Amino acid sequence: MDNPDDTMRAYAGSLPAPEFAAPAWVMPPPLADATVAIVTTAALHRAHDDGYTGSDTSYRVIERDARDLVLGHWSPNFDRAGFAMDLDVVFPIDRLEELAADGVIGAVAPRHLAFAGNQEDTVTKVRLDSGPHAAALLRDDGVDVVLLTPV
Amino acid sequence: MCVLAHVFEAAGLATVALASVLPVAQLMHPPRALYCEFPLGRPLGAPGDAQFQHSVLRRAFAMLEAPSGPVLDTYPEVIAIPETAALSCALPIRHDASVPEAVAEAEALRDAYERTRARRGITSVGRVVDAGAMPALVAVLVQIADGAPWDAAGLPGDPISCAHDLRSYYEEAALSLADAPPDPGAAEAWFYGTTAAGRTLLAARRAMRDQKAPSPLWLYMARATWN
Repeated sequence: MDNPDDTMRAYAGSLPAPEFAAPAWVMPPPLADATVAIVTTAALHRAHDDGYTGSDTSYRVIERDARDLVLGHWSPNFDRAGFAMDLDVVFPIDRLEELAADGVIGAVAPRHLAFAGNQEDTVTKVRLDSGPHAAALLRDDGVDVVLLTPV
Repeated sequence: MCVLAHVFEAAGLATVALASVLPVAQLMHPPRALYCEFPLGRPLGAPGDAQFQHSVLRRAFAMLEAPSGPVLDTYPEVIAIPETAALSCALPIRHDASVPEAVAEAEALRDAYERTRARRGITSVGRVVDAGAMPALVAVLVQIADGAPWDAAGLPGDPISCAHDLRSYYEEAALSLADAPPDPGAAEAWFYGTTAAGRTLLAARRAMRDQKAPSPLWLYMARATWN
């Protein structure tokens, strides 16, 4: 059997990608002064929160101290055992806390977010609706830097 | 994820993306991306290895010092699914021939699953069925594999979520049965390739395909590379 990740990477790389003309660029404050949030597309959610539908473009809020996270992704095409062994291999919240304690980053954001990695071909909903809404939430929390993690 | 990077950056947030598929990052040029050739599902590379995870984050955050972009860097170490990913993991012995092998197996793995759940304090099982209902779910999959109409066999939810719960139950149980933490790809190879429930799931999926079930519903019941 082919390496399953090679197959998936080839497939994902063959899909049409939306173009962003004149992409924005933000210079953050020095990392030691920056508030950092994680935004994952692993479809994580707290056990008591709603899960995701198969085409969900919305997001869930993950409070800084939440560790009761489950995997709500609909795709079977990635390793699940790593997440079951160690949350941080997908959502490195404990690593961020260590970086904050060591003064490498300024602060860990009070809220982090999870999307499900879904988007229509036009990416309209994420681009015009849930994405800007999520960004506003993070800005309200004083976030400077977002670390994006996939699965 | 690359779309979110652009949207967030336009909203005034500096972003760093851990990219798992290089051609997508090359096509969509997110402001800052660190391509990490790690097993899909493990974007920080190594579970249980804080030092390795920190080295990934150091490399990623270093891109924040770039004066302009887009910036695409590559983490220098590759972690791949081994060609012979395997799990040394005991399976229960079948003792009652009147019960389908996969059903008895699911029942017998309950204690191992509960040990993992108690240790983690959380489980990804439960999207449509909990652990107690797993043998009944497997019994329905046995019927579908044997030719019962998939949409009238009594699945407790949509087939993709049923498959998610079953795989999660087995892989979480495996963490308490294996003699070492599973290599990348090993737990799923064990589930799909070795266990009776995994083989039953794949057989039910083939039967659904042959019954002309809608393609997303059967296709997403298992890794695309398993048939």
